[in-house]
Order: sequence, then C-alpha cells, then structure tokens
Amino acid sequence: MTGTLDIVYAEYNYWIYVTLMMIGFYAMIAKKNLIKKVIGANIFQTAIFLFYVSLADITGGTAPILPHGGEHVEHAADVIYTNPVPHVLILTAIVVSVSTTAVALALIIRIYNEYGSLDEDVILAARKSLQPEFSEYARQKGVAEVGDQ
Amino acid sequence: MIWILDITMLFFLVVCAIAAISIKDLLSAIIILSAYSLIMAVVWVEMHSVDVGFTEAAVGAGITTVLFIATLARTEGRSED
Repeated sequence: MTGTLDIVYAEYNYWIYVTLMMIGFYAMIAKKNLIKKVIGANIFQTAIFLFYVSLADITGGTAPILPHGGEHVEHAADVIYTNPVPHVLILTAIVVSVSTTAVALALIIRIYNEYGSLDEDVILAARKSLQPEFSEYARQKGVAEVGDQ
Repeated sequence: MIWILDITMLFFLVVCAIAAISIKDLLSAIIILSAYSLIMAVVWVEMHSVDVGFTEAAVGAGITTVLFIATLARTEGRSED
C-alpha cells in the first residue's frame, strides 16, 4: 500500500503530465469547434514538454549555468546541474509548436471563409452533400442561382 | 525544486486546461490558455529550466495568444461545445 502511495507522491509530475495530455487529447477528438481543437493540440504539446523537463530535473540540482559567472571554475565540478539536453530539445519543440499553431489557424481562417462556420459537423455536412448555401461563392452569387446549376 | 510551489502550480495547470476546453466563449478560452502558458513558464523556471521558461513566456503566452486573437477577429467568437 505504501509502495503505491510512494509512486503517486514521488512521480506526481508524471501524473499531471498524463492528465494534461488526456485533457488535450479529449479536446482534439470530442470538441466540434476547430479553434477548440487547436487549443487542445496546444495543451497536448505543452504536456509533452512538461514530461521532458520533468525528466531532466535532478533532486538537489541547479540551473545549468556556471556559478559566480564562471570565475571559480575549480568548484564548478562540485555543483549538481540538471540535465540541459532535454531543455534544448524542448526549446526547439516550442518554436515548432508555434509554427504548427500558426499554420492551423491560417487553415481555419480559410475554412471559415469558404464554409462560413467553424463547427466540424456543419463543415462535414456541407462537404458531404456539397450544399451550395455554405460556400462563399454561393453567398456572393445567391443561393438559388448556384443551386440551379 | 520547491515541491509545494510545484504542486500548487501543477494544480492550477490542470484547472486552466479544463477551463480552457470547456468554456463556450472562445475569447475567454484563449485568455485562459494564455494564463496556462504563463503558469507553465513558472513551472519550468522552478524546475531550473530557465531558458525554456522565458521562451515559453514570450512565445507560448505572447505570440500564440496574438495569433489566436487575430484568427478570432476574422471568424466567430462563439463555440457550441
């Protein structure tokens, strides 16, 4: 019993990371609004960053920066540093995540201009039956004319 | 690592994540996502990952929010779910 509790206490960062990841995953799958889906993707990404940064942290460790501006280099080996390699990975991943968010939002604006809605069901229904009243072209030309063609 | 600060911030992270995906007004959801990113930056500075911390504060909480609000200005602000 205490063994299980120890695992829950000692690795609480990992439990939070799994929880956040599942919240983001749920939003990506179950939410109908496209912007909500992108918000879910953002939460998913940051949850994975949290996992990597938790992995790098060491008990009693300090930030991977030389102490005293690097002047007393003979004591530098005594300091315990956290692992900087996952930090650098995540630094790259943050930039990639912003890029993917920007591309997704650009596509969302394009979809909204075409279908006049951000709701997934409306967009899919419009695509399935090719209902002309949902297209920007139809709104400009008048629904009846396009429907007759 | 200061564990009490860590647990508090992680609790607020989960609260912000649930609020961001469950609120119907999209502008509110985006602002809550911005707060989420800022709390995440605090968690990372507190885990001695300072470079990731201030990159997240500038890029995650700053630029992402601007992009979302720019999208919202060109589309609609209400969500059905």
